[in-house]
Amino acid sequence: MSQWLPIAELAGKVRTGELKAVDLVNQAYTTIEDNKDYNAIISLTRDRALQRATEIDQSEHKGRLAGVPFIAKDNFLAFGAETTAGSNILKGFNAPYQASVIEKLEAEGAICVAKANLDAFAHGSSTENSDFGVTKNPHNKSRVAGGSSGGSAAAVTLDFVPFALGSDTGGSIRLPASFCGCVGYKPTYGLVSRSGVVAMASSLDVIGPLARTIDDTAIVLDVISGRDELDSTTIERDDQPYTDLDISLEGQKIGVIKEYKEEGVDEGVKSQIETVIEKLKTAGAEVSEISLPSLPLALAVYYIICPAEVSSNLSRYDGIRYGHSDKDAKTVDEQYLKSRGEGFGAENKRRIMIGTHVLSSGYYDAYYKTAQTVRTKLINEFAEAFSTVDYLLGPVSPTPAFEINSHRDDPMLDYLVDIMTVAANLVGIPAISLPIGSVNDLPVGLQLMGRQKSDRQLLALAKQTEELIK
Amino acid sequence: MADLTRDDVVHLASLAKLALSDDEIERFRGELSRILDYVAQLQAVDISGLEPTSQVTGLLNVERLDEVRSYGYDPKILLDNVPEVEDDQIKVRRVL
Repeated sequence: MSQWLPIAELAGKVRTGELKAVDLVNQAYTTIEDNKDYNAIISLTRDRALQRATEIDQSEHKGRLAGVPFIAKDNFLAFGAETTAGSNILKGFNAPYQASVIEKLEAEGAICVAKANLDAFAHGSSTENSDFGVTKNPHNKSRVAGGSSGGSAAAVTLDFVPFALGSDTGGSIRLPASFCGCVGYKPTYGLVSRSGVVAMASSLDVIGPLARTIDDTAIVLDVISGRDELDSTTIERDDQPYTDLDISLEGQKIGVIKEYKEEGVDEGVKSQIETVIEKLKTAGAEVSEISLPSLPLALAVYYIICPAEVSSNLSRYDGIRYGHSDKDAKTVDEQYLKSRGEGFGAENKRRIMIGTHVLSSGYYDAYYKTAQTVRTKLINEFAEAFSTVDYLLGPVSPTPAFEINSHRDDPMLDYLVDIMTVAANLVGIPAISLPIGSVNDLPVGLQLMGRQKSDRQLLALAKQTEELIK
Repeated sequence: MADLTRDDVVHLASLAKLALSDDEIERFRGELSRILDYVAQLQAVDISGLEPTSQVTGLLNVERLDEVRSYGYDPKILLDNVPEVEDDQIKVRRVL
């Protein structure tokens, strides 16, 4: 049982004065202190959070999320603590402005209490690539929490706060949510502003909430979504709230992805998913198998496009304007080389170099342009699938959380963890990880995907599924 | 096989402005080769008649007024983040 009421109820009680924002913030800090050994948190924003809580308690206009404490992944610029992106190269960096989503949440009375751990620059699927130590799985400390938003997922699962923010470039919200056992939501590309979030791969990056329930997820999405002048890739949202989630499962057309059954899925995970499929059928959903023949290529497409964009986005870390700097460098070039060589971790360097290679003259067509074109093929196949079904269903990950250090000697093993999540980013569609049970006491997540901009319908389906498995 | 040589890795690191140790060069040579081998499977895919995708929103020419705005950033915070400052200016190594 969670110590937190549903978000809408919690904020309601702060608005009426029945609960105090200051007490909620202190309650969050007590829980964080009691669970330090999981290493989910990089820094606390205590002074600012308590000051804001006091102001909210005294204010006439408290907002929809009045007094609700939350945690942001440490690649979100926020006041009150450093923003490190989990990397030594940004250690000591203080944000001159806040991410648009943090501003939107604050405008509704929510309070950022801490910054969560992540793989440095969100490069990874286990949070083992953080320069601040690995985050441990809340269900088993010898296992990973997943990544790259491992700290956010662990923080929600350990009940620090009612919700956390994550970023998802190839599965970084859904995967840790699945490994830890909370809800993780990746919105339609462009629905949520990325202004003030450390860029990874700009044609794939999205921002989204991690929470305990679909209702809590939906209210956060409703506050943070929509067009933002500071991020020109954002799209207009419609007027209907994302909290209107009433649908019937009767007649809903759901396609079970054939290719995801063939990717060496753990038997336990498979049987958990089968159980949910049976329940959906019993409730009247029309479930069929659907094939997306190019899906097995998605990971290769991702590991060209993502590093290419990473190599470009990370060129801004020059050791001159901010971040780690080699003080002994004699020339500008030496300052670049040494500052970046010292500041970036091994996985950052791998991705920067792969990206540099696939974009370089002579290789551009063979790698980058080919990957972009196979991306089109994938998009076309998803469009065709969505002409016969409204939703797609499959696992989030072939296995539950793996042992810490088990992938250390082979980066390809870490990449393969993303095999079922990257397609949604390449296609730009919304996708969710919903906890549906566990195998050997480790949580299993169900992945549901919908058409671009069908976020409300997808959340509605997820809510009905959540009800079914209660 | 995309067998990268030691010189290939040194060249890539120099293009990417990353100083690497000898150990790193050797390690990345094997790891990057394996990754490039994996992604090279795309070269066998039939993509005839398809255009590359660089973005998925379909948004074109997103514009705003070209005007000076104040975002209220505190110059002190900006300068405090700079590794080396002299007289409120960012210090750079000699380029000429």
